[in-house]
Amino acid sequence: MSSTSKNGSVRIGYYVCHCGHNIAANVDVAIVAKEIEKLPGVVITREYKYMCSDPGQELIQEDIKELNLNRIVVASCSPLLHEQTFRNALTHGGLNPYFLQMVNIRENVSWVHTDRELATQKAIDLSRAAVRRVAIHKALETRQVSINPDVLVVGGGISGINAALTLANAGKKVYLVERDPTIGGHMAQFDKTFPTLDCAACILTPKMSDVKNHPNITLWTYSEVVEFSGFVGSFKAKIKHKPRYIIEDLCVGCLDCIDACVYKNPKYRDEFNVGLSKRKPIYIPFPQATPQVVVVDPENCIQVKRGKCKMTCVDVCDRNAFDFTQQETFEEIQVGSVILTTGFQTFNPEKTPYYGYGKYDNVYTSLEVERIVNSAGPTGGEVLMRDGQKPKKVGIVHCVGSRDDRTNKWCSRVCCMYSLKLASLIKEHTGAEVYNFYIDMRTPGKGYEEFYDKVLKEKVHFIRGRVAEVTDWAAEKEEEGKLIIRVEDTLVGAVRRIPVDMVVLSVGIEPQTDAHDVRRLFNISCSTEGFFTERHPKLAPVETAAEGIFIAGCCQGPKDIPDSVAQSGAAASQALALIDKGVMEMEPNTAYVLEEACSGCKSCISLCPYTAITFVEERKKAEINEALCKGCGTCVAACPSSAIMQNLFEDDEIYSEIEGLLSIPQL
Amino acid sequence: MKYLYYPGCSLKSSGRAYEESLLAVFDALDIQLEEIDDWNCCGATSYMGVDEIKAFGLAARNIGLANRQKKTQDDEETHIIAPCSACYLVLLKTQKYLATHTDVRNSIQGGLSEIDLDLNSNIKIRHPLDVLVNDIGYQKIAERVQKPLKNVKVASYYGCQIIRPYQEFDKEYYPMTMDHLVTKLGGEAVDWPLKTRCCGGTLMGTMQDVGLQINYRLLKEAHRRNADVMITTCPLCQFNLECYQDKIMKSHNDSVEMPVIYFTQLMGMAFGLSDISLGLNRLLTPVSDIFQ
Repeated sequence: MSSTSKNGSVRIGYYVCHCGHNIAANVDVAIVAKEIEKLPGVVITREYKYMCSDPGQELIQEDIKELNLNRIVVASCSPLLHEQTFRNALTHGGLNPYFLQMVNIRENVSWVHTDRELATQKAIDLSRAAVRRVAIHKALETRQVSINPDVLVVGGGISGINAALTLANAGKKVYLVERDPTIGGHMAQFDKTFPTLDCAACILTPKMSDVKNHPNITLWTYSEVVEFSGFVGSFKAKIKHKPRYIIEDLCVGCLDCIDACVYKNPKYRDEFNVGLSKRKPIYIPFPQATPQVVVVDPENCIQVKRGKCKMTCVDVCDRNAFDFTQQETFEEIQVGSVILTTGFQTFNPEKTPYYGYGKYDNVYTSLEVERIVNSAGPTGGEVLMRDGQKPKKVGIVHCVGSRDDRTNKWCSRVCCMYSLKLASLIKEHTGAEVYNFYIDMRTPGKGYEEFYDKVLKEKVHFIRGRVAEVTDWAAEKEEEGKLIIRVEDTLVGAVRRIPVDMVVLSVGIEPQTDAHDVRRLFNISCSTEGFFTERHPKLAPVETAAEGIFIAGCCQGPKDIPDSVAQSGAAASQALALIDKGVMEMEPNTAYVLEEACSGCKSCISLCPYTAITFVEERKKAEINEALCKGCGTCVAACPSSAIMQNLFEDDEIYSEIEGLLSIPQL
Repeated sequence: MKYLYYPGCSLKSSGRAYEESLLAVFDALDIQLEEIDDWNCCGATSYMGVDEIKAFGLAARNIGLANRQKKTQDDEETHIIAPCSACYLVLLKTQKYLATHTDVRNSIQGGLSEIDLDLNSNIKIRHPLDVLVNDIGYQKIAERVQKPLKNVKVASYYGCQIIRPYQEFDKEYYPMTMDHLVTKLGGEAVDWPLKTRCCGGTLMGTMQDVGLQINYRLLKEAHRRNADVMITTCPLCQFNLECYQDKIMKSHNDSVEMPVIYFTQLMGMAFGLSDISLGLNRLLTPVSDIFQ
């Protein structure tokens, strides 16, 4: 171990963890400890049931003091889980935390192998590599970056609204960016909320106006984040404002222009009512839209499209709020942290053609029925079908686009409860017979099972089985003119045909179509289906792999309103913790240039994803800005002169590891 | 492109009209068909249930024969046309299964090697409906029409086997290929939800009361939707739906009489081919008056 001399005499402590039975069941930790003890430089080896526990950490700290150790190797779980734990133990023991090397013998060994003898050998090999490596570790210092206290919240549904208000109430400046003309998200479309049957608008709209009026919140609707760069503490975001053709500050939302529009009758799909009604080319999404500002739809407004309209709308506007010359504008902001609350879309039931959506008029999605039962909806709250009739029998089909190998495998979590709610509301509005077709009833929230019980007592019918098809094929005379739901009733053990007037498809929750674009923009990860991935499923549920970027609401996975509010509150408090600390410790794993070897070829500069490398003209050398470098290693690998090194991943360290792995013969 | 024709047993016996009309229509569209020499039974669905490996072997021999016939001729891309739904399904299933199960493939290839046959080829199994609309094209078919099916309402009945689970030319839950074809022939496609519902298969022989009820429902719904004629792609569907109409009407005390013909017969009629060449003389429920 000649290369270790520069660090003085190396005294290594080696600790192997049982992790209960997680490791010990498949790896003979006693043999591992015995083998590693033979290696040069190793002063002590120990095995312990839980190295991450307090006694485990104290073991390391005492050994450092008593045995004068200056290097530590811990063979346990993934460093993602406990590297920080053991680094802290080193610090408390008086050692530089970077004199630690971890060996992952759980995820990489015991959990993935069944042959105990071979697994033990692999654990020894990996440990030997770590011992060899740690011997030449250098003492490193963490960097600190300061945190800009301003926060960007992307998405103005209930999660974004709640996160923005929490931060703003704590005195932080918040930019809330929403791509639609109003905030409110899906919750604004709902009628009542389960299980209390609170009116969704009554509890949401006050929060929406709080957002609009809050001095600490800059609300940008009809806007999108188009560019994003930087690192925790100092991110830069470019926001695109789409033209409304209305000067937001002047419009007071009197809506006279909508009446005056040259289109006498509404003609275009009303997105807010999911197509159940029409709107004009100038419109306001719904009466409580926030901001209370009309918007011009550029696809259909004659003036925008052709520049040749009588512009009767402009004539009636005494505020002079129209501006048909508006273009897209861009704005750059700087923030220290970001909360993504970009929400979800509902499953498109045209992908399940056997349920007849789009084929039969009286097959609806649950979101459409939310609008139908809503007193501000297209039918004024009367449950009327497209033919103007009131249904006498209604079937609600659960799990459409959920828990299904053919569409989406996951449970969307909210459908059982909203189906119960819609069953109760439809029954209340019409007195119809209501049938729920379910696979399992999932009602695990507070007060949810009680609500299920209440709906059962209201004599709503429940048939357990996944619906096979919805058809208008009448096998019997009584079925003629009806929609027939064919289902295997798994409790009765028979195929049943239930004729109904109206079918409600309880559609599941899906990631937004552009979730992958958003993920790439903010440099976070998402699962294959497109839900954003949290840093740890249990212990870091609102953090992401990118420092300073938090997620909440349905963009992270299906959840109901209470959970979305709780999660967005958690995301806001994580951002607050970051802001109030004011600084963030950064890993010292940055790259640096060995100037004597740098030829000034500039290959590295264009490769750096964080624009951390600049070319110094006077010396004709590349220079890396430590504050910007994220330690990705791209430049290190790319440099043709091997002139770039990276802390924690020095060539020597990696070669030592390889040598250690290959050096000793089998047991 | 070369089309090898695999008739299967039905087209030589109960489904003679299918073969006659198929050959006539392909001839009218100038497409050459070459029958596979020495073809054998596909095993149908029943043999699969008895002994899967032998069933695969039986079907695979036909693919091997096609491969040999292709090689002795030339190297152009070769497709097997299998008009009977059961043949089509079994050949397609065999090919897909052997492609992913190397152990079964090896043992079957071993057997075929004894008789100098080879499975290694990129031969494609096609249904004539697929070939007609996708290779020949609706356009060319429409151009060949001489007697458009004016005011004729046609219920297209796909049955189960050509649609699920292996085919790739149409939607498995609501196929439309034949419906589009009908409109190209000048007719009116009846939208009916039972187009892929089971015809009962062999139930007509084993549990006749069930078989009769299943077919009654199919005919009843076609009637209810005012269809003049039902077209099928499968000899067994045609047999069940047509030959038992007397019994069905007696047992259900309902008049649901309707001509049930092969889609190729309907095409031939629109092309102006003779009744004899299309096997229309073999029908139990005559179809000729639908043009009136």
